[in-house]
Order: sequence, then structure tokens, then C-alpha cells
Amino acid sequence: MIAHAEDLPRSRHPLIRFILRWVLTTNHKEIGTLYLCLSFTLFLIAGAMAMIFRLELAQPGMQFVTADFYNQLITVHGLVMVFGAVMPAFVGLANWMIPLMIGAPDMALPRLNNFSFWILPFAFFMLLSSLFMEGGAPNFGWTLYAPLSTTYGPPSTDFLIFGIHLMGISSVLGAINIIVTIFNLRAPGMTLMKMPLFVWTWLITAFLLIMVMPVLAGAVTMMLTDRHFGTSFFEASGGGDPLLFQHVFWFFGHPEVYIMILPGFGIASQIIPTFARKKLFGYDSMVYATVSIAVLSFIVWGHHMFATGMPVEVELFFMYATMLIAVPTGVKVFNWVATMWRGSMTFETPMLFALGFVVMFTIGGLSGLMLAIVPADFQYHDTFFVVAHLHYVLYPGAIFATMGAVYYWLPKWTGNMYSERLGRIHFWTAVLGLNVTFFPMHFVGLAGMPRRVVDYSLPFSDLNLVSSIGAGILGLTQILFLYIVVKTVRGGEKATDQVWESAEGLEWTVPSPAPHHTFETPPHVE
Amino acid sequence: MMMSSARIVATALLCRRAARNVSLGAGALYRLLVLVALWAGSQSAIAQVFDMRPGVTEMSQRIQQLHHWILWICVIVGLIVFGVMFYSIIAHRRSRNPEPANFHHSTLVEIIWTLIPTVILIGIAVPATRTLLDIEDNSDSDLTVLITASQWKWHYQYVEAGIGYYSNLATPLDQINNIAPKGENYLLEVDNPLVLPTNLKVRFLMTSDDVIHSWWVPDFAVKQDALPGLINEAWTRVDVPGVYRGQCTELCGMNHAFMPIVVEVRPEEEFLSWIEDQRLANDLAGEAAVAARSRDWTMEELMPMGEAVFITHCATCHQPDGTGQGIKYPSLAGGVIPTGPVEAHLDRVMNGLAETEMQAWAPQLSDLDLAAVITYERNAWGNDTGDVVQPLTVFSAR
Repeated sequence: MIAHAEDLPRSRHPLIRFILRWVLTTNHKEIGTLYLCLSFTLFLIAGAMAMIFRLELAQPGMQFVTADFYNQLITVHGLVMVFGAVMPAFVGLANWMIPLMIGAPDMALPRLNNFSFWILPFAFFMLLSSLFMEGGAPNFGWTLYAPLSTTYGPPSTDFLIFGIHLMGISSVLGAINIIVTIFNLRAPGMTLMKMPLFVWTWLITAFLLIMVMPVLAGAVTMMLTDRHFGTSFFEASGGGDPLLFQHVFWFFGHPEVYIMILPGFGIASQIIPTFARKKLFGYDSMVYATVSIAVLSFIVWGHHMFATGMPVEVELFFMYATMLIAVPTGVKVFNWVATMWRGSMTFETPMLFALGFVVMFTIGGLSGLMLAIVPADFQYHDTFFVVAHLHYVLYPGAIFATMGAVYYWLPKWTGNMYSERLGRIHFWTAVLGLNVTFFPMHFVGLAGMPRRVVDYSLPFSDLNLVSSIGAGILGLTQILFLYIVVKTVRGGEKATDQVWESAEGLEWTVPSPAPHHTFETPPHVE
Repeated sequence: MMMSSARIVATALLCRRAARNVSLGAGALYRLLVLVALWAGSQSAIAQVFDMRPGVTEMSQRIQQLHHWILWICVIVGLIVFGVMFYSIIAHRRSRNPEPANFHHSTLVEIIWTLIPTVILIGIAVPATRTLLDIEDNSDSDLTVLITASQWKWHYQYVEAGIGYYSNLATPLDQINNIAPKGENYLLEVDNPLVLPTNLKVRFLMTSDDVIHSWWVPDFAVKQDALPGLINEAWTRVDVPGVYRGQCTELCGMNHAFMPIVVEVRPEEEFLSWIEDQRLANDLAGEAAVAARSRDWTMEELMPMGEAVFITHCATCHQPDGTGQGIKYPSLAGGVIPTGPVEAHLDRVMNGLAETEMQAWAPQLSDLDLAAVITYERNAWGNDTGDVVQPLTVFSAR
């Protein structure tokens, strides 16, 4: 394994040297960049799918796609967004920032790091190639409910299953690497309770990943054996139970939701104090709240299944447990507001994204509380209200947080400042697009429009058109973001080492752009 | 509708009063609000689609009240949190507050804002628990309906009366494909609605023949998954006669969006006489079946009947022109089965193909309908086998 481009034999063609450099790299910064580029590519692909199905949903009646292809699109959109866009983006940020934030020279297991990244392009090539296979891509929703996905799934389902196995291996290896790095490579003096919150939230996320990705692997393996090897895990006629799939899936699925949000919490907790010029309020309670959310996430999975006919005692348990999550989540929001309180705030683009995250994530959190209430959930469940809720949680929680983080650390990565004016335009158009797309979905859901339908009755027409227009705006903002980032990479006003006047943390002590190797001698933290 | 438009305009008027006191900017905002309110009020479709329906049962109304209770709590919590936040954004920006404060911890405050949400949650949990316990009380029903879902239709069986029938989407394909204008109940209309009596507690048993479906009628607040191999329970008691519409709410394959539910609630006496009519119709159908297989039918008689059956039951997958959709829904025009031996064709249509969406039609269609549709498939779209399948042949293949 060759770690540095300069070690590659000079005789090779420059293009081969370029490819080998990125394929063989074990540098945390380069691997972080790879993760972020892959994530954004997949984000654009899955987003393009959303553009197609929002186009279909703009008007009642069948216009652009067949019902079957629509189901393929929503399935692949969900899977690629979750496993391809959000998770790799957070791993990319972790790779770049965790060593810089804890004063480590690199990740603890650099070769494993390379391996866990390079699995992913193949996993997603396999998943996306299913769109071009005979019989089409998986068409049963990202939740893969049996028996629609087993007995009735298209042949390409097996590619999906293998793809998920690969993504799972990648995530678990990445998580192991992050845990080992945080536990072993912290600079002298950096105790656990001095770690930046981004590192803390990622540590907890990594434990969640290690605990639940194998559960998902088990679920899809049972799907595979049900499909081909005569087992009946999910087939009642063979002594199995279709609900078993849902229990196993959501035992993975709910912690997965927090895997996609906790690093976002960490990012907001880095950005807000910097631009409020005031220390984070309640650091300890932030850490404890994150741990509580993670622990609770293991005992609330049943709230995805209230309509499946669970006994009333079980429904009550899952309702109370789910409501409890509101307490630590509330603590986090209050802490952010208290951090801002009597600060001296400025509103550069990272701060705008962090505040947008707090406001809109809170809206999503409140609708989540509504969904926890079983009797009301009988009316909300599987309608567009749920689609609105999950996008209000995930879009601000994962995408806004990631984009805020990119604006926050891009000057450190590239040595150049992005265009503040374009950044602000990006933020405001994204806020507009997001709300115009997803807010009306609350209404159509309440009024009775089921989710995952390719066509709908006439009263829902107007609001669906509004959502589709919003989706178009949201789609265009991604192009703007790409332009801003590419422009910054290529040049711009030079950033100082400190970048932001009151940013605190070890990452701001290294030069901008961060050199290939940093902290070869560990810094000392007071 | 009138009521809600009036309410929207009233809200706008309140905004006006407030706006006058604030500033010119707010005046512009007010004008925008009025425009939006008037536009929304004029759009009957939109005025109906902003909130959960109260529905027509005690449970649906209690659920709507519960929904409003939680919604307003969330709105108030949101307004307080965002209010404090936006106040801080305005008052604590650097231009107004150049020197940041230095505090970063307060045990008392943190205990308070852990306790207050807990108290609010209890205030939600108590009414929610009460409602849930009443919803889950399935005892003492007067009538039981077994609902069996399959791709993509509902089978209703009245357990006590011993009658049953299938309920299919009735919206014509031309409306779905934007050839004909869409009707008022587009995608929410069926051939045979479920008929229920008023004032009786009706228990639903739900199950499925293939994948998971979910039976939802928003006006009853009944949403229950229909799972293959398991039976779920739910109940309702409707006081107001009328027609209520709902849809399948669990992704169940290609035609998930085309699997509506229509329930006709009739006064008890009318319901009882309807049950009698159904029994009578069943007997008549039995006699008609005997009559149908006692004679030979000509191709000219069978072809138009077969086309009608094909359009209702087969065309969503195999397409009206029989060309199918890819390998999952094979083309019947020149297809192996419709141009092959009659016995294999009968077997495929009557018994379906295991582990695919091709279902067994023998329990759903009469001998005559099956004979007609098989004859149609063997002679339409240039298949021209010349075969005429008789109801008697179908009967003996059962």
C-alpha cells in the first residue's frame, strides 16, 4: 500500500499516478474528500429521482412514469439518500475533522479506512445498476417489507441485498476506525469531557452503527434465504411471520434515524458557539442528552408499527418510550438557544445553516411527537404527514448540517474563503425550496393522502403542485452549492489559519489549507 | 366550505387590525395574507385539505380532538422556542450587543427545562391513553365483516349472513391516462362498495392473500394492516348514513394507488333488506350459472363480454391492448399461454401463478366470465386461435 503520491514511481503516466494516488490513499484528509465527493454525487442522483417523481405527482393522472417505475424510484431514492448521501457525508466529515479536532496525526487504522471507502462505489454501482435490469429495480420501498420484497420482489432484489451487505461492512469498519481513533489518539490533556461535541456525537453514532448494521444484515440475509433457499422466516404459510421482518428492520431502523441526526447535532454545537462568540451552553448536558437519545433509540422501534395490530399494552409502551425522547431532544434545542442568548452573533453562511437546522429540525421533532401518539397515529400513519415529518427531520438534520459543516470547514480544507454572497443566496433559496416542498405535505397527509402513491384524487392536486414547484427550487439549489464549492476549491480570497474570529478547537491551530500531514507531534491541551 | 372560507377571511381581518399598528412592511404582509386567504377560500378543493377530518364516528371525533390538542401544544411550544430564538437573533447580534456574555452553565435552568417538557408530555399521554384503551376495545360487536385484501382489490365477507363479494376500482383507465376528464370521485370509486348499518358496532377482521395491505377509512379513523397469514381486528360504529371513502395505505405493489375503499352506511332496516337482496342475488347467480353451462355460447356472444371482464380485471397489468409491461406482466398478444393449449390457459387464469401477482381468478369470477375472458384472450390482438371456451369446460376444470 502506498500512502503518498510522491512515493509513486515517477515512470508512470500522470493519469495513472492520479488514479493510483486516490485509490491507494490512506490519508484521512484524502479519504474524507473521497467520501464527501461520493456522497454528493449520490445525493444528486437520488435527488434527480425525486425530481422525476415530483414531476409525476405535480398533477393527478399518469403522465411521465409507469406505476412500477414510480415504485422503483421511491425505493432507490430512499435507499441511496440514507446509505449513499447522508451516511457517507458524515463519515467524510468525521475522517477530515476528527483527527484534526483531537490532535491525532491520522485515523488509527488508515488502511481499513481506505478499504471501507472503496467498498462503497461498488455497493452503489450494484444498487443503481438494478434500475437497468430486466424486471427493474427493487420496487417495495426503502423499508423492504416482506413478503412484497421476498416472494414478490423483482430479480434485482438480490443485488440490493448484496449491496446492503457491502454498505453494512463499510459502515461497521468505518465505525470501528472512528471509535479506535477517539479512544487512542487523543492529544495529551484532551479528556473525554473536553472533546468537541462533533467528536462526541460521532463516538456515540459509531457505537449505534456497530450495534445495528449487523441487525440489518441479518434482516436482508433472511430475505435472501426466504427468496432462494426455501426458508420461511417471513412467510406465514411456512410457519414464519411477515411482522418479524418489520420488528427486525425497525430495530435497525430507529437507531439508524439517530445515526443520521447525531453528527448533525454535533455540527450545530460547533458552529453556533463560534458565531455567537460564546461558549456552548451546558456542554455536559449536551453529552448526556446525546447518550440518552442513543439509548432510547433502541426501545422505540414499535412506533413505526402501530397499525400492524400490536397488543394495546405494547402500543402504550412504545408510545411512552417515544414521547420520552422529546425530553433530551428538547434539552439540546434549549441549550443551543441558551448559547445564542446574550451572545454577539454574526450570521455567516455556516451560522445560517446551523440556525436553519435548529428551527426546521424542531418543527420535524414536534411532528414526531405527534406521530408518537397512537390514536392520532392511526390517522397519520403511512400518509404524506409522515413524509413531511421525516423530511423535516432529515433534510435540516442531515443535509443542512452537512452543508453548514462544509461552509464552516471549507476554508480550512482549501485555504480559500467561499463567496459569502453566494452562500447566503444558497441558504435562503434552500430554505424556501425545503419549506415549499415539504410543508404542504403535512396538509395533504392530514386530509387523507396516503404516501407512496403514484396517483391521487382531485382535492390534493393544488398542494401537490406546490410541493413539486418547491422540489424544483430545491433541486436547483444543489447546482448552486456545487458551483460555490468548486469555485472555492479553485481559488478565492485566502483564509487565515483561524478562519473564524472566535472559533475554538485544535483544527484552527493548523495552517489553511490543512497540510497533508498534521499533528505529527501531538499538541498539548490545557 | 363556506364556514372555513369565512374563518380564513376573519383571520385575515384580525391580521389587518394588528398590521395597522405595526408598520408599512406588515401592511404589505397583510395584503398578501388577504390575497392568499381569498384565493384559498375560492378553491373549494384546497379549503378541504388543510386539516384532519372530524369523521363520523365517536372515535374519529375524539381522535381529531386529541390531534388538535397535541397540535396546539406543539404550535405553542414552537412559538415560544422560536420567539426566544428570534428575539435573541435580533437583540443579540454583534451590532447591538458587541460584548458577549460569559455564562455557559446553570443547573437550575437545566432542571427546569427538563421538568417542564415532562409535565407537558404527561398532559398529552393521559388523554391519549384513555382514547387508545377505548379504541382497542373490540368486545360486544353486533356484526362481523371479514376483509381479505389482495393485489389490488378488497374481498368483503359478512360472516353471520354468509355472503361476500369483491370490490374493485371503478375509475375508467381513460381518466387515469388523461384521455377522459376526471370525475369527482377520481380514484375513490369502486364497483361494489362495502355496505354497513348505522348504530351497530361492526367488527372488522382483516387479512391478506398475498402482500401486506392496509384498510383505511379516514372518516371512521380505522386504519389496520391486512397481513398475509395473520388476522387483525378493528371496529367502528357509524351514526350518520352516507358514503365514505378511503384507500389502501401500505405499499402493496404496482397498483397500490388504485385500490380504494368505499363504504356505504345505510339505516339498519335498509341494511337488513340489502342483505336479503344479496342472498337472493346469490341464489339467482347460482341458477344463472347452471343455465349458462347448459348451452353452447358463440364467439360473437363471448367476445364483448370477455373484453369487459378483461378491461376490469386484467388490463391494469397486461394493458388494454394485451401488450403487457416487461417480464413481470407478460404480453398476451401472441403470448405463449393464450396461443398454446386451452388446458394450460384455463389453469393459468383459474389458479394463477404462485409467487407472482397473477392471482387465481376461479374464486372471483363466474364460469361464464372466465369462459368469456379466456375466449377473448385467445382471439383478440391477432391471436386468432379460433378457440371458443364454454362455461361447462370451465365448470369441469374447477
